[in-house]
Amino acid sequence: MYRLMALVAFAAISFLSPALVSAQDATPSPEAQFTEECSACHLAYPAFFLPKESWSAIMNTLPDHFGEDASLDDGALKAIEGYLVKHAARSNRRAFRKYDLETAPPLRITELGWFTHEHDHEVSRSAKKRAGSMSNCAACHRGAERGYFDDD
Amino acid sequence: MKPTLKPTLLFNLLIAGAFIVPMASQAQDTSPAALIETFSLEAGRAGDATAGQAFFLATHSGGKPDTPSCTTCHTMDPTKNGQARTGKVIEPMASSVNPARFTDSGKITKWFRRNCNSVLGRECTPGEKADVLAWLSSL
Ligand code: HEC
Ligand code: HEC
Ligand code: HEC
Repeated sequence: MYRLMALVAFAAISFLSPALVSAQDATPSPEAQFTEECSACHLAYPAFFLPKESWSAIMNTLPDHFGEDASLDDGALKAIEGYLVKHAARSNRRAFRKYDLETAPPLRITELGWFTHEHDHEVSRSAKKRAGSMSNCAACHRGAERGYFDDD
Repeated sequence: MKPTLKPTLLFNLLIAGAFIVPMASQAQDTSPAALIETFSLEAGRAGDATAGQAFFLATHSGGKPDTPSCTTCHTMDPTKNGQARTGKVIEPMASSVNPARFTDSGKITKWFRRNCNSVLGRECTPGEKADVLAWLSSL
């Protein structure tokens, strides 16, 4: 009887422990939190488009985020800021040279020089109208959710 | 006979642990009815679907200029898709067509806080929350 119970218990441990581990791990990874929280209103813009100074500025002003309240609790806020800072563009890239990153980093991808250059000439007015906003990358770039922008 | 006691206890604990822990962390931890009851108790009155409809469809002031109404994003017809200002689709709010609605207490708290602040410039009262949910779950 003892051995049978031990066996059943052992089987239960091996069978259920993945469930236990994932349950204890209830806080999702920073990347998962970023994808979940930052894709609710638009696609989760890839971190590599902006330098870490921009991401910190964005994360520290979420209650007034481009005219909306996108506030988060502190835990999610810190985790997501950490993820974005870690995967950010290098601050010394040419695209950011005209900014004083410490005091006034760019808050939009769509305001960067290369972006307006790339989109002003190549994008038809009707495509812009259909997208509604240039921030709606996925309207024109089908691979945008996966970070691909040279698909069309 | 005595030795069986220990493993049985261990086994029961294991089973209990395996079931209870995931339940506590699961997203689907509430229901529209439970939420309406909670907000109604806080408000000291029952949720009123007609008042919720009026509140949801109204144009408010005091919030951020781009978002004067719940309908700015959720549209006038909660059984249909809405649209965030960036063009992203928002699934219908009516729980009859979208059963996943109002089943996650963390999500409810977060979006009431954000959206009421965007539209009204303040938190919604428990009464307003009970009213809105009463309407959205009655459609
Ligand atoms: C409550 C809705 C909402 C949430 C949640 C949200 N945003 Fe936004 N975000 C907006 C709106 C609205 C804009 C402005 C879009 C426009 O101008 O068309 C915007 C714009 C942006 C832009 C600039 C896009 C551009 O034009 O280049 C960035 C970057 C951004 N958000 C990052 C984030 C990050 C990071 C998160 C997660 C912490 C997040 N957003 C969560 C609503 C939201
Ligand atoms: C209205 C349509 C439209 C929108 C919205 C749009 N793009 Fe584009 N984008 C284009 C077109 C057209 C091109 C040029 C063709 C190409 O190179 O893919 C382009 C080019 C690009 C390129 C250069 C690709 C390459 O291979 O050279 C990048 C990167 C890019 N877009 C990123 C973005 C991001 C990020 C957003 C959202 C913040 C966005 N785009 C929004 C239409 C759009
Ligand atoms: C700026 C756009 C916008 C406005 C304005 C807005 N919402 Fe929302 N709302 C959203 C988004 C985006 C979500 C999250 C995405 C989703 O749940 O599909 C959401 C989610 C919600 C939720 C959570 C639903 C759930 O599944 O638990 C509630 C409740 C809600 N909104 C109520 C309101 C009320 C009430 C108003 C008016 C006071 C309002 N919203 C105004 C964009 C908006």
